[in-house]
Amino acid sequence: MCRIGAIKSADPVHASKALSLMLPQQEGHDNSGFAMVMQDLEGEFSSYKEKPLMSLACTQKGAKIVQDYMDKSGFRALHEWIPKVNNRPGLDIKAMPYYIFTAYDYPDYLNNSSQDQKEDLLLNTRLALRTMLEKEDHGYIFSFWPDVLTLKEIGDPRDIATYFGLWEDRGDLMARNVVVQCRQNTNYEIVRYAAHPFFLQGYTLCANGENTFYTKNKEYQKSLHRGYIGFESDSQNFLYTLHYVLHELKWPLKYYKHVITPLSFEEMEKRPDKRELTAIRQTLGHLEINGPNTVIAMLPDGSIMTCCDSKKLRPVVVGGTKDLMAISSEVCGLNVILPDRDQSKDIYPNEREIVMITPGMEVQRWKQ
Amino acid sequence: METVKTQDVTFNDLAWKIKYTPDRCTMCGSCVAACTFNAIEARIERRSITVSTGHQPEPNQRHIAVPVIRQKNSVANACVGCGMCEKVCPNNAIQPIRNEDSRLNVVGRAGGNPLKRGGRTNLNAERVLDKIIVGRISQMTDPSLDSERHTFDVLAPFGRVLLPQELPFSVENGEIKMQGWVPPVHWIYPLIFSDMSIGALSTRAWEALSLATAYLNEKHKMPVRMCSGEGGMPVKLMESEYLKYSIIQIASGHFGWNRIVRALPKMKVDPAGILIKIGQGAKPGDGGLLPAAKVAEHIQAIRGVPKADLLSPPNHQGLYSIEESVQKMFMSMNAAFKFRVPVAIKCAASATSVSVYNNLLRDPYKICGGFFIDGIQGGTGAANEVSLDHTGHPVVSKLRDCYQSAVKQGSPGRIPLWAGSGVGMTGNAAADAFKMICLGANGVFMGKLLIQLMGCVGNEKGRCNACNTGFCPTGICTQDPRLVKRLDIDRAAQNIVEYMLAFDAEFKKLMAPVGNSSLPVGRSDALVTNDRAVADKLSITYAC
Repeated sequence: MCRIGAIKSADPVHASKALSLMLPQQEGHDNSGFAMVMQDLEGEFSSYKEKPLMSLACTQKGAKIVQDYMDKSGFRALHEWIPKVNNRPGLDIKAMPYYIFTAYDYPDYLNNSSQDQKEDLLLNTRLALRTMLEKEDHGYIFSFWPDVLTLKEIGDPRDIATYFGLWEDRGDLMARNVVVQCRQNTNYEIVRYAAHPFFLQGYTLCANGENTFYTKNKEYQKSLHRGYIGFESDSQNFLYTLHYVLHELKWPLKYYKHVITPLSFEEMEKRPDKRELTAIRQTLGHLEINGPNTVIAMLPDGSIMTCCDSKKLRPVVVGGTKDLMAISSEVCGLNVILPDRDQSKDIYPNEREIVMITPGMEVQRWKQ
Repeated sequence: METVKTQDVTFNDLAWKIKYTPDRCTMCGSCVAACTFNAIEARIERRSITVSTGHQPEPNQRHIAVPVIRQKNSVANACVGCGMCEKVCPNNAIQPIRNEDSRLNVVGRAGGNPLKRGGRTNLNAERVLDKIIVGRISQMTDPSLDSERHTFDVLAPFGRVLLPQELPFSVENGEIKMQGWVPPVHWIYPLIFSDMSIGALSTRAWEALSLATAYLNEKHKMPVRMCSGEGGMPVKLMESEYLKYSIIQIASGHFGWNRIVRALPKMKVDPAGILIKIGQGAKPGDGGLLPAAKVAEHIQAIRGVPKADLLSPPNHQGLYSIEESVQKMFMSMNAAFKFRVPVAIKCAASATSVSVYNNLLRDPYKICGGFFIDGIQGGTGAANEVSLDHTGHPVVSKLRDCYQSAVKQGSPGRIPLWAGSGVGMTGNAAADAFKMICLGANGVFMGKLLIQLMGCVGNEKGRCNACNTGFCPTGICTQDPRLVKRLDIDRAAQNIVEYMLAFDAEFKKLMAPVGNSSLPVGRSDALVTNDRAVADKLSITYAC
């Protein structure tokens, strides 16, 4: 079973904070991996916030493949960071030879291009590199996006943290927003891509649960967008639907909830907006989810939100202070990183709610 | 052998032989009265008996005349195995027995007439649905639901569904507003009472169906819809509130449409939909047929025709192509009801079904509101036997092909898929419906089981299948007023209602273990089969 978490802070926090949030929950997961997406970075990449940042785990040949392709495509490397690793014996980690985080400058020909064109190029580049790296298993490209850093590895999260030096706050790996999870997707094969959070064009998402509409979601999503690939985990369905509703259809966030867990027809009938809600349920019936689930998602503007399946079959809690908020599968995670918060203000969202922490640290609570 | 020629038809040439036990018979005559096919008669037989009545044996041979029940030796009066004689006999003295050595197919075409009958295929009764089971059970990480406690949305769309980009949406202050018209879509129960006309059915049987439909809606809040079949509808019903539960059918004969058109201005509510019948699974490529024997006065009135064989042509006249049919028929039907009523189409499953479906999906007018595919196990009131048994296409793989084609184009559910033929053939309609839905159907339609619930004894093993004759022994498929009275309308309707309540409970019993609270349309991962070929064809998991 998964445990998922997210932190949103007014001031940058170190990656160790995310570990502290997750490790108390280890009885509920299987310690088979660690995955984290950081957004609104400080530290190593604080000077390159506008520049696309690539998160790559690869072999030496993989690094060469990427470098050649990026050179050919006109991207110029601005800053590269290779974390110093502690490879002491006995660590439970299946490490890749290299972890390379590189901020690039856009090719010159994009100088006068729109944001959409840039976003398209970043996605196309990541997809092309993924295909090339996959051919001979030379590496994994997790994200290629401005101000977003992704780290995923197989093994015990404590040992992974030791390996990457995440326990010490060295000021290198800092961010205001972090989405985190401590498990590989053990329902299926153990592959690095299968660990959530998943990332696509500014949208990050992880989910705790089982989407029993995986097959129908997947079959439909494959036809919707070139970026909807992989499907190593049923949780990718949630991300792709989030991306489709917000990025492609440009609908407001609250309709994401109406798409994945629509109101029953009986409830819809009583609503003033029943025409719209019915039309949405009809048109995107194949993106509805079923089964027990909790979703935590991070949006391009840095908002973090959570919602649940329509029967509330998975837990989640939101709590914190005015400067530091966290979302967590279990409250014990919050108790460790936010021991002094007012617990009476913790929110346990119900099956019809979206709880969102805005960029201004305001907590919003909407009913579907 | 001088009195009987070998070419003479005798009852051992027929499909059913009457087993009669004279010792048990009291000659009450009930069986003869009940037999609508005139297949048995009371006769006097000469018997030779030897009797000894004295103190010493004094055998004495006598000839006596005894009354008996006998089967008739004629194709025209052949026993169809309906078993009404057995049903009414107070002493179990008589019953039909299937004749394995029947020569009916050989002798039955005397006079140069093709064999005709009703029912459904008797040759292709093997069911792929019985090779499929629900094999993906939710447990542990994704708990099963509780069919008694949880709520389920057991509803399916009927109407054209637009792509999200096609919806007239605008966003104002974070709210989506729908400006403008969208095609009508009704969410209805995922089982439609299939199209059986007044004419094919007796007025009482049709009334029982209507009664059950209304009762399920009004009393049990199950939005079941009933299709009229091609043959019009009672004016009273068309002018009542209950019209909203009816899907009106139009087929190539346009029977009944003069009344429907005249009733239009008086309709208080819209019908649930219009179903244009292009073909049907039981006799694809062949038109409709209502034998003159069944065209009673009231049928003539409803359909506006004289007493004659009523043939719906195999094609809609004047229509050249799918595109043309889309333009003319859909537009006119939509316009007739001012674009408020969804219009769907019913075709026989065929090697070409996917092409037809694709054409409809791509039609620029976006007004086809449903694609009904009817397979070879579909039923009919009358057809040439050669059509029933030797033409058609299994529905399951064709449904799957259509669904997968739509998925590939990013259009699943745009034109809802409704599949039928053989649904409930074993009596277990919920399992059939669930499997069809997992394979991609939005819903199913079902006819034959409904008449079986009303009392029809026909089956796919040649029993009865006499819906074409006008002699239906249960009063369901006849217009003979004496026979129609055999049908108890209330009990017929009650049987259907009770079956549907059980269907609903059983359907939820299948939704719950796969963890779904709404219909699992396209959830092929929930199914497994122990047949490798079925697994490959349907893209479901092979299990053994």
